[in-house]
Amino acid sequence: MKVVYADNNATTKVAPEVLEAMMPYFSEYYGNPSSMHTFGGQVAKKVDMARQQVADLIGSDPSEIVFTSCGTESDNAAIWGILRANPHKRHIVTSRVEHPAVYNLCKYLAQNGYHVTELGVDSNGMLNLNELADVVREDTAIVSVMYANNETGVIFPIEDIGRIVKERGSLLHTDAVQAVGKIPVNLSKSTIDLLTLSGHKLHAPKGVGALFVRKGITFTPFIVGGHQERNRRGGTENVPSIVGLGKACELAKKHMPEEQTRVKQLRDKLEDEILRKAPDARVNGHKTHRLPNTTNLSFEFVEGEAILLLLNEKGICASSGSACTSGSLEPSHVLRAMGVPFTAVHGSVRLSLSRYSTLEDVDFIIEHLPPIIRRLREISPYGRQTRAKEQPASISASA
Amino acid sequence: MWDYSEKVKDHFFHPRNVGEIANPDAVGEVGSLACGDALKLMLKLDETGRIVDVKFKTFGCGSAIASASALTEMIKGKTLEEAGKITDSDIAAYLDGLPEQKMHCSVMGREALEAAIANYRGVKIEKPVDEGTIVCKCFGVTDNKIAHEVREHKLTTIEQVTNFCKAGGGCRSCHPQIQAIIDEVWQKEKEKALIEKVRKPVKKLTNIQKMKLVQETIERDIRPTLQSDGGDIELIDMDGDRVMVSFRGSCAECPSSKVTLKSTVEAKLREFVTDTLIVEEVAS
Repeated sequence: MKVVYADNNATTKVAPEVLEAMMPYFSEYYGNPSSMHTFGGQVAKKVDMARQQVADLIGSDPSEIVFTSCGTESDNAAIWGILRANPHKRHIVTSRVEHPAVYNLCKYLAQNGYHVTELGVDSNGMLNLNELADVVREDTAIVSVMYANNETGVIFPIEDIGRIVKERGSLLHTDAVQAVGKIPVNLSKSTIDLLTLSGHKLHAPKGVGALFVRKGITFTPFIVGGHQERNRRGGTENVPSIVGLGKACELAKKHMPEEQTRVKQLRDKLEDEILRKAPDARVNGHKTHRLPNTTNLSFEFVEGEAILLLLNEKGICASSGSACTSGSLEPSHVLRAMGVPFTAVHGSVRLSLSRYSTLEDVDFIIEHLPPIIRRLREISPYGRQTRAKEQPASISASA
Repeated sequence: MWDYSEKVKDHFFHPRNVGEIANPDAVGEVGSLACGDALKLMLKLDETGRIVDVKFKTFGCGSAIASASALTEMIKGKTLEEAGKITDSDIAAYLDGLPEQKMHCSVMGREALEAAIANYRGVKIEKPVDEGTIVCKCFGVTDNKIAHEVREHKLTTIEQVTNFCKAGGGCRSCHPQIQAIIDEVWQKEKEKALIEKVRKPVKKLTNIQKMKLVQETIERDIRPTLQSDGGDIELIDMDGDRVMVSFRGSCAECPSSKVTLKSTVEAKLREFVTDTLIVEEVAS
């Protein structure tokens, strides 16, 4: 069956050029980059080249890049690395809409003696910067706020956030897993101190990530071991994947204008047409401060898992913030933090495109999604007439 | 990825009996938009009280739709009494099982059916499980309901409770209370088992002992209950395990005295005397 992949915020296809670049490092170039001999040394050179490619995409110095195993490791390394280097500072600031890699880590820290302040968001998913200014204090070790949201695509004004953090003498970490490769990121003139990126979100394979650590920042390694990555991350390098990540970053830089134009046009078409053909639907998240590839739509009176099952029958891959798809009974913490009514959270669907998405893909989704919504509404006991009495007031952001 | 059986998929992709009945004899509605799932069940009965038509509408995930569809197939052609015996486990079994986290979908089916039957009988739905104190604020689940599910499905962990009735699946702040309910239920069951052991003599009773115990039980555990409703009962005779009684007062005219005979009198006597007793009503 034909697969229409619209779940690129979950993971992406490995670019053919990336796979090609990786292949020799599984076979003939198997040396250890730490070895003294030329056979290993040539591999070390290739790892350095990848480091340069990553640095070029985000405007950093190559020495500021630490390769890791994934985005979650980078997030853990960043936050633990700063906390351990500043043991007297016991306060952390984060947001209510972070990815679980940061969200659950901060919860863990809160249960283990740290003070954690979670910043709320408004109904567009935007932070209140005045609130941020109020909560950053002398013993704030780190502020960890994402660059762009994985569920809604909402982009935070990260440089404004960084300025506030800097003025108050703290450090800023940002999980930029969803941003890098989709929107321009330039760390050469930036207030960001640490930045997480992940390979498999930008057409590199799973199992590789990177952490940018700005020069001059005292940082304690998360994985303690050998001298690799300039003593900032022990463990023999995952050479093929690092080579792949480098190539993927080079490609991302080359294709960046396309993300802003063609991919964005496809997303806008998808969103507009679906909203036109399916009544009682809404977009979750800020309309303009948003990743060009993402749309998060809520359909009233129907439930997300049922939508995904029917989309799946058509070969369409998407995801949902509904409770039934989360593995727990709790619907999306991101949409709830935004005060999206429960009724709309349960019927939410995220569609995320990539540079491999085609007009044909988008037309296929536009053709099949609205009838699926109609079909489920025919089964549903709810409808417009019940909305007035059934729909509870939207929950507050603090709920 | 969804771990659904072929039967669940079949009932989800091709739900049976979707829709509404114009003049239903019974309607049962449970759940809400806020909870994330809801079911509306409509029944049409023939003159003998058999379900001749059933329709449903569901808001919910794949297994909620499949559970509702399965339920409608299961109850069609049954009397309300027969249908009323269907449990959530029966619904899950009909679908060749549901994933653990989805058991509450079958519970919703049973509850909608209970609500429909109560609606038909014109009784205000007797749902002690919905009364009590709200424990899980996220999903509005009461202590009685949690205790009911714990007993019914022999649940021992918070996770299982969440799977069956959603309680504790939200903010998790009620987890200590849920654990306390689980502990309490099993502590009580233990005590009950212990008391039963003490009460029921293990060795075979002589006829005289049996009669004496029957008399004592009627005096102590049965008459006060009936008298509080303006009724009474008299022990007429005994023959082996046959206990012959006659109702007095309001019980004598009560249309549901047959139910009382079995559910109260016989149950109590079996509990305190011996399992083999059969209670019969005789003219006095």
